[in-house]
Amino acid sequence: MLDDFMVRATLAGIGVTLAAAPLGCFIVWRRMAYFGEATAHSAMLGIALSLSFEAPVFAGAILLSLIMASVVSLTQGRSFYFDTLLGVVGHMSLAAGLVIVSFIPGVRIDLMAYLIGDILAVSQMDLLLIWSGAIIILSLLIWRWSPLLLVTLNEDLASANGYNPKRESFVLTIALAIVVAVGIKVVGVLLIVAMLIIPAASARSLVSTPEGMGLLASLVGVMSAILGLNSAYFFDTPTGPSIVCVASTFFIASLLIGMLIGRRQS
Amino acid sequence: MLIEVTNLSVRYGRNTVLNNIHLSLRKGEIVTIVGPNGSGKTTFFKALIGTAPITSGKVKIKKNVKLGYVPQHLNIDRSLPITVERFLNLARRKNEKGFKKATDIVGTSNLLNFQISNLSGGEMQRVLLARALMNEPEVLLLDEATRGLDQPGTASFYQKIETIRETTGCAILMISHDLHVVMGASDRVICLNGHICCEGTPKTVATSPEYKALFGSDVDGTFALYRHTHNHDHMGGKNINNA
Repeated sequence: MLDDFMVRATLAGIGVTLAAAPLGCFIVWRRMAYFGEATAHSAMLGIALSLSFEAPVFAGAILLSLIMASVVSLTQGRSFYFDTLLGVVGHMSLAAGLVIVSFIPGVRIDLMAYLIGDILAVSQMDLLLIWSGAIIILSLLIWRWSPLLLVTLNEDLASANGYNPKRESFVLTIALAIVVAVGIKVVGVLLIVAMLIIPAASARSLVSTPEGMGLLASLVGVMSAILGLNSAYFFDTPTGPSIVCVASTFFIASLLIGMLIGRRQS
Repeated sequence: MLIEVTNLSVRYGRNTVLNNIHLSLRKGEIVTIVGPNGSGKTTFFKALIGTAPITSGKVKIKKNVKLGYVPQHLNIDRSLPITVERFLNLARRKNEKGFKKATDIVGTSNLLNFQISNLSGGEMQRVLLARALMNEPEVLLLDEATRGLDQPGTASFYQKIETIRETTGCAILMISHDLHVVMGASDRVICLNGHICCEGTPKTVATSPEYKALFGSDVDGTFALYRHTHNHDHMGGKNINNA
């Protein structure tokens, strides 16, 4: 069964979106979209360094996004123009990564595969990495769900209850770095943030609890991966962008449904 | 002793917010902190619960003491859907009995299915108080807990606090601007303005020159006849209107 490239691609897509969607809820709640973007962009620098040193791409990507995410979360709140700094550092690493790749002699490297993903080329090894990453992220989120929610709501309340806000937030930092690394094959460094925030945003107007939002976001993510992959196959379009387009359609639909429900209630 | 603070100083960058603070809180005491805006009251609470950077001194909290904390306000991002009930249950341990008791005392049982982001100011305060009471705390920290309450609401709030102290023996440390009410309801008052200006029984504080200097001499008609002898500086003279 795993010999078929479409089956492997589908499983890879489901694995990434299943982990990205609930994590994405926290990214939305805590307004960390810029943070996510900077982390994802820094992965390109990691990819470039891996390629020049002939190291595994996954290792370079996760290392750089982990460094970026940690540095950013440690310095958070120290500067008044934090989002600008994030934009500078993120794009700087993206640009530097692209420049470094152009210096690598020999075979021409297909940059698009890293920027927007190449899900049809997912190997059995990739699949193992993606699902290990997804399981780690989901376990972390389930284990720390309530404290993370409390820290997100109010750090002082969490601290008075005996939780360490910094330590809890670090769980998100690690999860973010992992999701970026495993998402490269599926949607690439440019679109991974879309898989974090679009399913979460689609779920928002239809739910009344954080758990409901996490579950519905996962459903939207998985549906987007399956439908996006099949439409990419059918219309012969790039897979990563197709998945994001389907997710965006879900988002627009959810807005309309949310408005209809709101009108009926009022 | 439930809480013992010695020589506490807190600095944010180059800005000293709290300087050389002492406090001890015993079981069943009601201690109120008063002080003008920006005098470090909330920072002091943050130092107690561990989210403010302590530059020197010590905060000693008795081992395994359960703290109930009511923050000044709670900004809930509308992107986070959460009902009152779910919010109340976000504690470390589920405590069904405490939950029932707390919602009864505060009267939040009709709010359980509401979205937190839709609550009014007064409802929010009640939910936050219920949450603080749920785990049957031994120390209750109230940061301007009557904000957003009207006068009857404020009065009944302080009655509730008194009842809670009598029934549970819980110590209460609160920050308040309701000077008149505070003076009647507290065992001790601490007047804070970066440092401790004066402290003692409500009567001592209300007649002290430092207190008058901060709040003006007309805060309480009873003590209106008073001659001003101010003998120390309030952080370079900031925050003083009537000195």
